[in-house]
Amino acid sequence: MKHLSRFNITSLTLGLAFLYLPIVVLVIYSFNASRLVTVWGGWSLRWYAEFFNDAAMLSAAAMSLRVGVVSATAATILGTLAAVALTRGESFRGRTLFSGMLYAPLVMPEVITGLSLLLLFVAVNAERGFWTVTIAHTTLTMCFVTVVVQSRLGSLDRSLEEAAMDLGCDPLRAFLKVTLPLILPSVAAGWMLAFTLSMDDLVIASFTTGPGSTTLPIRIYSEVRLGVKPEINAICTLIIGSIALVIIAASLASKLSSRQGESAAPL
Amino acid sequence: MSGRRLFTTPARRAAVAPLLWMLLFFLLPFGFVLKISLSQTVIAQPPYVPVFDPAQGMAALKAAFATLSLENFRLLAADHLYILSYLRSIVVALISTAILLAVGYPVAYGMSRLPARWQPIAMILVIVPFWTSFLIRVYAWINILQHDGILNKTLLALHVVSAPVVWLSTDTAMYIGIVYSYLPFMILPLYATLAKIDTTLLEASADLGGSRLATFWLVTFPLSLPGVGAGALLCFIPIVGEFVIPDLLAGSRSPMIGQTLWLEFFTNRDWPVASAIAIVLLVLLLAPLLVYERMQRRQLEGRR
Repeated sequence: MKHLSRFNITSLTLGLAFLYLPIVVLVIYSFNASRLVTVWGGWSLRWYAEFFNDAAMLSAAAMSLRVGVVSATAATILGTLAAVALTRGESFRGRTLFSGMLYAPLVMPEVITGLSLLLLFVAVNAERGFWTVTIAHTTLTMCFVTVVVQSRLGSLDRSLEEAAMDLGCDPLRAFLKVTLPLILPSVAAGWMLAFTLSMDDLVIASFTTGPGSTTLPIRIYSEVRLGVKPEINAICTLIIGSIALVIIAASLASKLSSRQGESAAPL
Repeated sequence: MSGRRLFTTPARRAAVAPLLWMLLFFLLPFGFVLKISLSQTVIAQPPYVPVFDPAQGMAALKAAFATLSLENFRLLAADHLYILSYLRSIVVALISTAILLAVGYPVAYGMSRLPARWQPIAMILVIVPFWTSFLIRVYAWINILQHDGILNKTLLALHVVSAPVVWLSTDTAMYIGIVYSYLPFMILPLYATLAKIDTTLLEASADLGGSRLATFWLVTFPLSLPGVGAGALLCFIPIVGEFVIPDLLAGSRSPMIGQTLWLEFFTNRDWPVASAIAIVLLVLLLAPLLVYERMQRRQLEGRR
């Protein structure tokens, strides 16, 4: 019954072409020597050089990297804890509220999340900048980590944990020695997802940042509003390239660890 | 030792930190949004009154309560700009979700029919664009759709059109951007349910004389409805509040509600009205949010 009809092949091909064509166009034009984005002037790396001489853009990139690393790390710790509580703590008071608060931000419009966090920061008179953006990103991305780790924990064979505990491990040790190594690929996938989401976020960062703490998406956005610039194509290509490297590394890592069980959920 | 109670108490302790975090940084902020939506705009820092000063105790709290008003919500109800903005957001989200279903379903269906060893590869191919920046993907379309961009050049070269077509700053561009950005969110839940369908059911339908089309409509499609629902909600809810895509690709004549909120907040610095817009948007999205939350919970926790 697994018949691959012409219709299926066509829809798959068209679908994937639609997903990739714009990115391919963007990457090709980043190597365009011409200042006019739409006129092909031969291959060149001048826009990459331009980016590496653009101090404002570089400092925005550095800011984004810092926010991304700190918030992804915090989100991974909190999200993994939340996933453990949801899959292993059978029932506790406030569980529905807890899971609701973790699933809602996945679809909550960013303008609402951004505005509400900003109003909190203003109310407690927090100085806006690196830390407020980091806290905001941690709040958003820990929910994604929770879902990724939770789907792995849910499909994990529990008899291994039980065996460890029958052999005298206390629950914490059983978790650290048995469960954590087994879910490590999905924890790592969660970290990377959190990191990319943080590097990507424009709306929430715009609300929660302060003067002098511009992130890369905010900087790119203010340039893009003025029109297409070849330098932006170069920056975007660099970002896409680094993400592609990370994904390749991740899939190699998960291939290595796939003998331990089914691989982590992708989202 | 009972497996059922395994980890129960320490796992509850694991909930403490994330629970406190979400209470503090997700739930509590809505209280401030509500409070400020009931406040009045002033030209000051922060630009609203009353500002509650905890140092002055209960009297200040009472005084603060006395000055709360529904004025901002009355403004939203009275001004056509806001009502049209909400309506447009919902219409755009409905149309986009319908297009996403029409585009995403055949792709997800094709994926689920692939030989088993190709399916993970197809899935990675669908996910990879999701991992590349959202902003970059919208920007990529500006490259293509601009006046002398690739699309117009191709159309002119093929003699489909005789003069360049205006694509940017139109609703068409916005729909292309939305469908492009949200497509993985539609395909993945659809694929997840389609791949799980027991193929013996399809064989049974064929054995009983059902044509390919009849089998699809009577067996496959009804069984894929949970995926349709999940994909539709996963797209519809965030699209209603979308800001970046309409801002960069659509014209500025009729803004979506996310743009209106942004404008009130950043340009007009009217925080109370922006907060009121957010509260109404939240109320509008409450029903789909609750349905989504239940589906998510059943999907993630029901498999045990």
